Amino acid sequence: MSSEESIRSIRRDGQATVIDLAGDIDLHRVGGMHHELLGVVRERPAKLIVDLTSVGYMDSSGVGMLVDLFRRVNGYNGFMALVGPNPRVQNLFEITKLDRFFKIYTTVDEALRAA
Amino acid sequence: MPPPDRPDADVKRLTFPSDPARLADVRETIRASAGKCGFAEADVDAIALAIDEALANVIKHGYGGSTDGRIDLEVRAIDSDRGRGIEFYIRDYGCQIDPCKIAGRRLDDVRPGGLGVHIIRSVMDEVNYAPCRDCGMSVTLRKYLGQRKETRPE
Repeated sequence: MSSEESIRSIRRDGQATVIDLAGDIDLHRVGGMHHELLGVVRERPAKLIVDLTSVGYMDSSGVGMLVDLFRRVNGYNGFMALVGPNPRVQNLFEITKLDRFFKIYTTVDEALRAA
Repeated sequence: MPPPDRPDADVKRLTFPSDPARLADVRETIRASAGKCGFAEADVDAIALAIDEALANVIKHGYGGSTDGRIDLEVRAIDSDRGRGIEFYIRDYGCQIDPCKIAGRRLDDVRPGGLGVHIIRSVMDEVNYAPCRDCGMSVTLRKYLGQRKETRPE
């Protein structure tokens, strides 16, 4: 997995926006990525699904970005969910106890149905 | 300075700039060293995360985000009273911080930032910060084999 990859796609489908992230989400990558995703949140999608299936690594700066997006989406009563974190990323959520805070699903379809 | 009783040949030394673009390569070096020491894959991943967080803190707080600071990293296998394991020694030449003020924050306050120290202390068995004589800080982090810390939520 190349760490050059970051935002693979942003797909808008009705009231839902699905963001497909990839590669390493670390201190190096998170600044530009966060800026771009804030632009998506400003569109106030009713459902924001962040697909982490292709994310190989995440650090606390990546987690901080997700928390910020989550709080903003919650702020306008939207729904945000994460999809498919690998065991490495899932363990990061557990260490930081954010697995209790994030809504995490196995597939994008499952997350869309849960909204 | 590392303890004098450790043979240099067993030490892996890296010096690199405080540029976040270097972190991915450094993580791979850490993973390789931890794997060679006998840690299981999940522990290797956790150790790489913890050291990455320590280096990110040096970049953010020690050098204030400047990308041209100097970071020295030493990695060595250890065999002490607590058992076999791995030790990382990180030295920077940036701002000095009172070690007493380096603490994780409450996790029930869900907000961005401030999680790095919590991650480091959750993963590693020993973490010792110290201001260096002239400038900068050092942090020594140790992880022992067979002492998997409980990082799952209670």
